[in-house]
Amino acid sequence: MTQIWKHRLFWPLAALITLIVVNSVARPRFLTITVRDGQLYGALIDILRNSAPLMLVALGMTIVIATRGIDLSVGAIMAVSGAVALTVIDGSNDPGNLGTVLVAVVVAVLVALVLGAWNGFLVAVLGIQPIIATLVLMLAGRGVALLITGGFITTVNSAPFSYIASGYLTVLPFAFFISVAAIAALALVERRTALGVLTEAVGINPEASRLAGVRSRGIVWGAYILSGVLAGVAGVIYASNIKAADANAAGLFIELYAILAVVLGGTSLAGGKFSIAGTVVGVLIIQTLGSTILFLGVPSAQSPVFFAVVVVVVVVVQSPRVRRALGSMTRRRPSTTAPDQERTKVAA
Amino acid sequence: MSTTTTTPAVRVERASSPVESFLARHAAMIPSFAAVVILVLLLAGAEAFLRGDFITARNMSALLLDNAYLLILAVGMTFVILTAGIDLSVGSVMAFTGILGAQLLVSGIPVWIAVPAMLAGGAAIGLLIGVLVQYFNVQPFIASLAGLFLARGLAFVVSLSSIRVEEPGVLWLQQTRFRLGDWYLTPTGIIALLTVAVAVFVLHLTRFGRTIYAIGGNEQSARLMGLNVARTKVAAYVISGFCGGLAGLALTAYSGAGYPRNGIGTELDAIAAVVIGGTLLTGGRGYVLGSLIGVLVFGTIKTIISFMGAEQAWMQIIVGALLLLFIVVQRVIVARSERRR
Repeated sequence: MTQIWKHRLFWPLAALITLIVVNSVARPRFLTITVRDGQLYGALIDILRNSAPLMLVALGMTIVIATRGIDLSVGAIMAVSGAVALTVIDGSNDPGNLGTVLVAVVVAVLVALVLGAWNGFLVAVLGIQPIIATLVLMLAGRGVALLITGGFITTVNSAPFSYIASGYLTVLPFAFFISVAAIAALALVERRTALGVLTEAVGINPEASRLAGVRSRGIVWGAYILSGVLAGVAGVIYASNIKAADANAAGLFIELYAILAVVLGGTSLAGGKFSIAGTVVGVLIIQTLGSTILFLGVPSAQSPVFFAVVVVVVVVVQSPRVRRALGSMTRRRPSTTAPDQERTKVAA
Repeated sequence: MSTTTTTPAVRVERASSPVESFLARHAAMIPSFAAVVILVLLLAGAEAFLRGDFITARNMSALLLDNAYLLILAVGMTFVILTAGIDLSVGSVMAFTGILGAQLLVSGIPVWIAVPAMLAGGAAIGLLIGVLVQYFNVQPFIASLAGLFLARGLAFVVSLSSIRVEEPGVLWLQQTRFRLGDWYLTPTGIIALLTVAVAVFVLHLTRFGRTIYAIGGNEQSARLMGLNVARTKVAAYVISGFCGGLAGLALTAYSGAGYPRNGIGTELDAIAAVVIGGTLLTGGRGYVLGSLIGVLVFGTIKTIISFMGAEQAWMQIIVGALLLLFIVVQRVIVARSERRR
């Protein structure tokens, strides 16, 4: 039994399940999934679909945070990629053509890749603090997006493009498959190859890993490129969802929610060990909490208060001081003492 | 200004020319000097480009008036950044205290209660962040993120829409002009300048201020020296929160209303102004007067852009580019001084 609640996904999962239970009790329709024309609908399906942009951004953020970095520019990259995609579609003769949309998406993601590479260059090559290096693009990126759209909110009417966010692939939303694909690909690359271990090594001690022959520069650079690309895809999904490029609103605050999701999932902001499954659970917690707050009839503008409370509770529970207090409470049982101290060390 | 950041190792360096020895001794000041140079270049460039219509008494007075709230925020931010922390909450705190004050005034609460309540509200959020950072080992980024969410949400809890302020005492802060020829100064501008003056005094001439620099230089050493690190660090965040409250007052007076959407992204402007002013984000180096210059650079760019009728999008791009320039310059300076050691 102690094995289970020592697992690092225990608390995030417990929080998610609690939220789902509270929701199902408060509104019985929460768990209901209806089938219409062979497609599934319901509150849970909505959560899966709407979480796609945050999921992608948070996955990239997980890897960046694992290298001891942080990427504040993801929201701005989302805005740029959405603006690029819509400008390409808007400028073409045939907005409804699948080929046009494919070109637009590829161009948008490539631009996002370049922006991610720029962040990586500042951090990995010039050695600028990640928080400030990505702040540059966070400030300038929205300006660039505004210039691309000419200061207007570009709107398009393109069936293939809106399929990205609202369409269904067989029974489930297409956007859900995008996030599943991203999770699977990332888990495969990070956990079935040595890359994940090397990333953690760079995060735990950059200097030691460099001396051990790890090419930390390339790994850090790659992390920011990955984060940029995923943010670019997220930007396309966001733009597809509202069928418009809104340079000011696209991805606003998403960097903060993504960081929150990563922290909720048990990945330390100090870098090193990371958990992709934890981030997935973290994103689902945030999305479910948002849906709950909306259901409670709280104006969405006031929802940050709830998130603030969540952040404070999570960080206080994770803090060494509280861990120590909890540890001394459980110390009476000798069997749990050793792993407990180990955990405290990891958390510190 | 004092030069305590000069290390003995630097002084050992051979000083071949007066200029070189000056630069060596004042390495920490170079970024701030660079900011002054940029400001002068900007002003001169705008003056030349706009055929002498730019540097007028009215424009320069408006510069301080329009950016008084940002200056107050930047001063508070300087304290936090000097301790190697960061405070993302200031923009939201400004919105929260602004709308709180407006709501209190509209409900008929006298101004001598409403204004202290605003300042206390800001300081309370700062205290929360400081306690999380110091006593629960939360990274400043995350702790102040919680503060950002909390203040922004609370602003909307107070009111979902904007509230007009008709209290003469608050509007007096904005509408009064102390004139000297064509130059003028509003009470909000005076508050901002007083904030700078008090901050300069505190940072350079008090034990508390020197402790702030010591923490930013090396927290472990500061603790081993027996300095009261815990109290000082919490106080830095409280000061930043208090400045957020003061900025809320200045902005409410400036716009004549409280609005819960005020100040989205202003924390980034404040951080940018502090960094452009030559304060290192790694802590321990920088000057409040530099932040004043940073805010003036920021305000001048804004004025130039609106004069040229260019799109406001350029504002974000130019500030981003300037930020980049300054952090690269800082990076070089830090790398050079580390090599000296």
